[in-house]
Parts: sequence; C-alpha cells; structure tokens
Amino acid sequence: MQKEDTSELSIQAFADHHVITPPNRLRNAVRLVDEKNFEDPIACAEKALAGLSDEFSRWMAIERDRLVVAHAAILNNGFTPAARDELFRAAHDIKGDAATFGYPFAAAGAESLCRIIEHAPALDRVPAELIAYHINAIQAIVREHTAPGAETMAMEINRKLRLVADEYLAAVNQDRPEHLEAILAPSIAPTE
Amino acid sequence: MYGIDFNKLRFLVCDDNAHMRRILRTLLHSFGAREVYEAEDGATALEMYTHYVPDIVIVDWAMPIFDGIELTQMIRQPDSKGNPFAPIIMLTGHSEKRRVTVARDAGITEFLAKPISAKGLYQRILNVVVSPRPFIKTKNYFGPDRRRNTSNAYIGPERRGTREPDVIQQPSLLDKARAPG
Repeated sequence: MQKEDTSELSIQAFADHHVITPPNRLRNAVRLVDEKNFEDPIACAEKALAGLSDEFSRWMAIERDRLVVAHAAILNNGFTPAARDELFRAAHDIKGDAATFGYPFAAAGAESLCRIIEHAPALDRVPAELIAYHINAIQAIVREHTAPGAETMAMEINRKLRLVADEYLAAVNQDRPEHLEAILAPSIAPTE
Repeated sequence: MYGIDFNKLRFLVCDDNAHMRRILRTLLHSFGAREVYEAEDGATALEMYTHYVPDIVIVDWAMPIFDGIELTQMIRQPDSKGNPFAPIIMLTGHSEKRRVTVARDAGITEFLAKPISAKGLYQRILNVVVSPRPFIKTKNYFGPDRRRNTSNAYIGPERRGTREPDVIQQPSLLDKARAPG
C-alpha cells in the first residue's frame, strides 16, 4: 500500500483501487449539544409538515388529475414513448407522495400500476381494462377518502388489483427472469 | 450528543415534482437550513451544482432531461473541476433491490425511499455529516465506499486486490490536493 497524505485529501493507492479520504468540510456544522436544552429538530420538522397539511388534499387532487390526463392521452394516441413516460411519472409521483399527503391507499394502487408499466414487455398488448381499473381505483380511493369504511374498501381494491397485475406480469415474463425476479422480490429500501 | 448547525450547510434539492420540493424545503428550513436551492430537472441541477457548490445534494430518481442516476454520474467524475465528493442523498419512490443497487453503483451516498419522513431525512443528513465514508476509485467505479461494514467472518475471495503497487499515478487528484483553498 502506498499512502500519500496532503492537507486536502488522503489517497491510499492499492493495486487495483484507490481509497480517497476527502477533507470533511461539513465537520464545521457538527456541534455537541446539551440534551436538556436540545430542541428536537425532527419534532420541529414534523410540526412544520403538519402546518402544510391543509394543502395536501388539493395537491392530491392535482396529482390524480395529472394521472387521468396522462391516461386519456394514451387512450387517444396510444403508447407513444412520451405518453408512456408521463403515465409512469404521474403514477410514480402518486406512489411516492400520496402517503405523505395522507392517502396511503392511493399510493398502493399507483405502485401496482407502476409495476405494470415497468415490467410488461409490450404496453400496447397489456389489456386496456387492467390499466383503466387502476386509474379508476386511484380516483375512487381519493374521492372516497373520508367516507365511512373507505380504508377497508381501498385495501380490498388494492389487494385485488395487485393480485391481477402480478398474475399478468408473472405470465408475460416467463422468459424474462430478471423481470420475474424483480416482480417477486420484496422492497429492501429503507424509509426511515 | 451531536447536533447539526443546518445554517452552515448549503443544500441543492432536485425533484421534478413541485409538491415534493415544497415538502423538502419545509423540512430543511425547519431543521434550521437557510440555503436551499431547487432544481426541477437534472440539467438545471447540474448547472446549479457547479454554480452554488452545495454541501449536500438531495435528488429524485425519475426526472426529465436526465435523471437522478445520470446526474450523480456527472457529479462523480474524479477529474472534473467541480467537487466530486459531495454527499448525494437519493430520495425516490423506487424501492426495489435492483434500483437500490443501481443507485449505489452510480455513487449515491445515502438512499431514502418515499414516503418521506422527517426522521428518515434527518438521519441521512446526520450520517453524511458526522460519519462520512471514504471514496473508492477503481477502473469502473468512483464514489463512496460501498462497504458499510467489515466482517471478520468473511472467507470468500477478495474482490479488491491488496498487492503493493510499483507506481500509482493520480495526477488529477494530486492536483486537486495541491490547489490552494
């Protein structure tokens, strides 16, 4: 091992790789705090987020409308690359944001739709009803969000949608093991 | 215990969704950050990265023009004039194993799956500030060390060679090291 130290960064050179330790310029931002007088930044942030929550139902409606418009474009013009990308982005944003907005069941429906768009070998051969069911379900879940029994209904809709979508994807990916593996693999990404 | 003076950190947030940018900005400001720059696509983010030299980048995966992975690859150029070492936190709706691996191999420092939480974001920022990992440069990778843990129980072949080299040239990095300021 050959080691070179400079005041700026340290480089350890090995036969087939270098280990580089850059100067930690962010260290200046670290401070020792007294636990007694420590104002919890996470609690402050959650409070600030709660202050935004009045906007969430409006934002959810905007995201839902974007998905509906993207679907309508496909019904009118077919799966052009741009239309496919817009439908995926609209569904993907709902998958990522809806739970933050207080609509976790809309996120689950959108996730199922994202999986179809990502893993179907040819989108123009996906039964149109399968995609339409997802769009309709997401709209219904958002619309009936505060209705009595809405959670139970949404969970059941999502369970059935995911079942049908996964059965379809498993059937059409029999000769595409990398997709089959991705379809069956659980998520490993941390959310906390 | 450790805390962070967020007012000493400059953030670049890159997400094509305006609602998510608003949420991120709210969280960062409530942590105490003052400097939060925002970009809605990869190309604008790269320009802002060069111009504002942020301390920490928070990036979405799916974006127009070029995505978060491509942006990361452009930042992680060891010979670039910009700072290739800035911590990059990927915040994304993608959570599949394959996606996490792709992000890691592009040079992402931390991965956080949506839905976002204040706790998750704070922990990632704390990690990159308090416990930065060294960078590894190989023939086909430049980025934070992908090995977060060492295991004494590992008995397989070593993929990284440990043989002493005769000469290793690193002119661009040495130039960086010798450059003033």
